[in-house]
Amino acid sequence: MTHQSEFGPDLAEVFGPSQQDGGPELVQLLTPEGERREHPEFAFDLDDEAIKGFYRDMVLTRRIDTEATALQRHGELGIWAQLLGQEAAQIGAGRALRPQDYVFPTYREHGVAYCRGVDPLNLLGLFRGVDHGAWNPNDNNFGLYTIVIGAQTLHATGYAMGIQRDGAVGTGDPDRDAAVIAHFGDGASSQGDVNEAFIFAASYNAPVVFFCQNNQWAISEPIERQTRIPLYQRALGFGFPGVRVDGNDVLATYAVTKAALQRARDGQGPTFVEAYTYRMGAHTTTDDPTRYRLSDDVEHWKLKDPIARVKAYLTRNGLADDAFFGAVEDEANELGHHLREGCKALPDPKPMDMFAHVYAEEPEELRIQREGFAAYLETFEESHA
Amino acid sequence: MSTQKITLAKGLNMGLRKAMEDDPKVLVMGEDVGKLGGVFRITDGLQKDFGEDRVIDSPLAESGIVGTAVGMALRGYRPVVEIQFDGFVYPAYDQIVCQVAKMHYRSKGRSKMPMVIRIPFGGGIGAVEHHSESPEAQFAHTPGLKVVACSNPVDGYWMIQQAIASDDPVIFLEPKRQYHADKAELDESATPEPLFRSRTVRQGTDVTVLAYGPTVKTALQAAEAASGEGKSLEVIDLRTLSPLDMGPVLDSVRRTGRVVVTHEAHVNLGMGSELASRIQEECFYSLEAPVLRVGGFDTPYPASRIEEDFLPDLDRVLDAVDRTLAY
Ligand SMILES: Cc1ncc(C[n+]2csc(CCOP(=O)(O)OP(=O)(O)O)c2C)c(N)n1
Ligand SMILES: [Mg+2]
Repeated sequence: MTHQSEFGPDLAEVFGPSQQDGGPELVQLLTPEGERREHPEFAFDLDDEAIKGFYRDMVLTRRIDTEATALQRHGELGIWAQLLGQEAAQIGAGRALRPQDYVFPTYREHGVAYCRGVDPLNLLGLFRGVDHGAWNPNDNNFGLYTIVIGAQTLHATGYAMGIQRDGAVGTGDPDRDAAVIAHFGDGASSQGDVNEAFIFAASYNAPVVFFCQNNQWAISEPIERQTRIPLYQRALGFGFPGVRVDGNDVLATYAVTKAALQRARDGQGPTFVEAYTYRMGAHTTTDDPTRYRLSDDVEHWKLKDPIARVKAYLTRNGLADDAFFGAVEDEANELGHHLREGCKALPDPKPMDMFAHVYAEEPEELRIQREGFAAYLETFEESHA
Repeated sequence: MSTQKITLAKGLNMGLRKAMEDDPKVLVMGEDVGKLGGVFRITDGLQKDFGEDRVIDSPLAESGIVGTAVGMALRGYRPVVEIQFDGFVYPAYDQIVCQVAKMHYRSKGRSKMPMVIRIPFGGGIGAVEHHSESPEAQFAHTPGLKVVACSNPVDGYWMIQQAIASDDPVIFLEPKRQYHADKAELDESATPEPLFRSRTVRQGTDVTVLAYGPTVKTALQAAEAASGEGKSLEVIDLRTLSPLDMGPVLDSVRRTGRVVVTHEAHVNLGMGSELASRIQEECFYSLEAPVLRVGGFDTPYPASRIEEDFLPDLDRVLDAVDRTLAY
């Protein structure tokens, strides 16, 4: 797309060939071919065993996604938000977290949820229509999915302000200092809430990492509709650093997110991480991307598959053998089975459940409404008896 | 027993101070609430005594204020946020109705939202547009929120503390034109009545007048004037708009058979509509006349030089009283 103007930026420069693969600023530590790269600022500081762990994480995450997609096709889920192609961004970010850190996800953070120890089965309830989120946010420091685009970035910032007030920033105690990560998409970057979150976080120097998965699409709208500069460059205008990392490179995403989280824990304030990636699937199972994008683009990104490059690295360097890959595959099959069987067994809520937890202290008028409905339902039971 | 005469502004200020003393988790946040003490001075002196970490001057962004307060509540704090004026709550509307109101529900009670959103509301101060709104019905319509309106200094002192102590989110409406108006005697050692209770503030036998916030005073003046004409009005200060406390209302209507509801908000789908509906559901056979509503007209809030014509006043309340008696 070219759009020259005397005053505005040249879009060909921002989105053209020079930026197509993330541009020169992209932090990459593992190439699509599976070769390690050095970066002057960010280093991957774990061993090859950890990389094998990441491989396993990504395969399992992809399996969560494909199983859930299949479950939707079989009518077991109403809808599913697919993450195909975004496994590295999510595992890299998720594995960089410490237990005391807190995650505010969108609706697509299945890989991060998995890293936090949330049973993937618990992710399905929302999409099946049996609850609005089955996990206890306090168990895993993993908030409920947020559907209203961008709203959670403010919650993350406020939570981070709470951490500051608890004196859990910059003490140097690795078990005490905590950070928050706010997940959101490229489309969300246009939301007022996200921009307000940047402003609050900067103003109070809050320990929060804004982790944007730029998967190039907000349903049918391409990134060019949301921004006229590379997203990570926006951070500077808000007064904190922005980094663009190869979101299909789990090593780089891990390294960059880890550094950003540590900055936050150390009391150095927010960081914006733009994980440059691609939504290989549809927006959700109800979307039809053939209406708005070229299959050529998808083919181009297939070559950058986040899992394939780690597999290439492990294989080429003789770090993993068939037994390893087979074992991961077995585990994925087991997970698939767990999800299929578990999903079908998820009980529907009872009609009366809709009245539960509206308030911490239920008002009398709601109690009367609830009891009235219960009595009404009972009249049916009697007539059936 | 020590008592002192205070304004509503002072009552709220003292109540906030007491709540902050009692619970270190209570935070105050909003625009200009720090050094300035808020544009109405409700938070006067709090930042000096509790520090900038607990009395937080926020960036100028209402969704940001409420949205970050959600996060602080999730971290275990009890944020009290100030919306500077009623007309500026709308940028925070999504955070209030989609996030604050639903968090407890969607988390199956695992995430509490003990938040108070203070909103100076109503007109009568000659303000420019957007400074005189009455948005209560928009919040009372939202499950998960509780909505209360104080009408006098003593209630201001107690109700703000009770709202802060509530584990549910409370929209706390303060009649701004009363802030620095009448004084009342506060006895800090008294036992307050529960927050979610309406109160009969004047007994009468002929017509029940329901009011809250700024119109309580109007209703009481109307009752005084009517008594000179031999008409006995019972006035109820609703205090709580969601949930409604219908007990005293229904009890009164069963005795009087006639009701006038008055509020500054537009009548269409205002609180009066819900009250009329509940009253006819519960005491249809006690009613001698249709429930009448005296409120703001269904126009945008007008220019302030004619706001007194928009707002319900003593004469319009009395006119409705006459109409219900003549029915
Ligand atoms: C406030 C709001 N507006 C619209 C929607 C509908 N919607 C759901 S996802 C989406 C696109 C989001 O794009 P992006 O932020 O890039 O995240 P992605 O889905 O690509 O991960 C839209 C418009 C919504 N959920 N919330
Ligand atoms: Mg996107």
